[in-house]
Amino acid sequence: MSRFKKHSKKGTPGISTSSLPDIIFMLLFFFMVTTTMREATLKVRVTAPQATEVQKLEKKSLVSYIYIGPPMQKKLGTDARIQLADQFAEVNEVKEFILKEREAKNEVDRKFMITSLKVDKTTRMGIVTDVKQELREIGAFKINYSSRKVRSMEFN
Amino acid sequence: MARKVPEVNAGSMADIAFLLLIFFLVTTTMDVDTGIIRQLPPPLEDPEQEPPKVKERNIMNILINSSDRLLVNNERGDISTLREEVKDFMAIHPEGEMRTEEHPYPEVEEAEIEVDGAPMMIKKSKGVISLKNDRGTSYEMYIAVQNELTAAFHELRDRLSQELFGRKYNDLVLEDRKKAIENAIPLRISEAEPVNIGGN
Repeated sequence: MSRFKKHSKKGTPGISTSSLPDIIFMLLFFFMVTTTMREATLKVRVTAPQATEVQKLEKKSLVSYIYIGPPMQKKLGTDARIQLADQFAEVNEVKEFILKEREAKNEVDRKFMITSLKVDKTTRMGIVTDVKQELREIGAFKINYSSRKVRSMEFN
Repeated sequence: MARKVPEVNAGSMADIAFLLLIFFLVTTTMDVDTGIIRQLPPPLEDPEQEPPKVKERNIMNILINSSDRLLVNNERGDISTLREEVKDFMAIHPEGEMRTEEHPYPEVEEAEIEVDGAPMMIKKSKGVISLKNDRGTSYEMYIAVQNELTAAFHELRDRLSQELFGRKYNDLVLEDRKKAIENAIPLRISEAEPVNIGGN
């Protein structure tokens, strides 16, 4: 009988935590592989319009972003502004920005570069057209109108 | 007798890993950018230079004004019917068939396109979609129209692909077959040089 009672005298054994670092490292690697660095802190509000015929942008390193939308800070007004990298910019600064981006890329990759326009859906086309004209002039012909994928469009 | 090397305490390893993990969680994003991809035309070298002439029957004019209303071929249009209209315009119709009482469908030409290594004569529409928008048009409307145009072309490509290869355009695996379909139905959307059209 005493044979069976022996166990109950010992307290519950502590859970071994020696494999905890391994588990955390696995999680860490998962996130490192599946995510990409944030490109910029947004200073303008961008709610992308909806579309059904969207394509995924592969090769994130070859994409330059131009943000257009009303400023986040209310005191800056509600007119749409352009944001390049981390700061507000004017239309005439777009060329320099894209040329700099191009300069930084490998020569082989340059012709695959694509400019993604992240534009708020309430923006008027005037400013977008101006940016497109600038892009045309420096030969950045491939553009992407960033939009969210939906199953079907709702027209009101 | 050799001195025993004391073991390194690995107890804090988990904390270090946690710190790294949280750093990556905060600084990275997971979202993939999606959107409608377009190719801009090269700039006009000479502003005086006349753009190449296209026969009027081959052009479908779409205008979007500053209050997001549509004008399709000089008649009021609606975004919900635009896709069908574009499909109808760009589809291949036998010569002589009329789009409206006065307007014939765009011209059709026979083009030699390589399909699976052998040249094949495929009927190709000469139609062009001309899109014009005002500076006051909202971006949402512009994208909606672009989306409908893309969808119309996509459906036409699907139809041809189904006919030739028995599967949808997006399901085609061979690059050559995709090229053939793209050659037969090119994405002919021409955006006019920006002008102010009516009322800001």
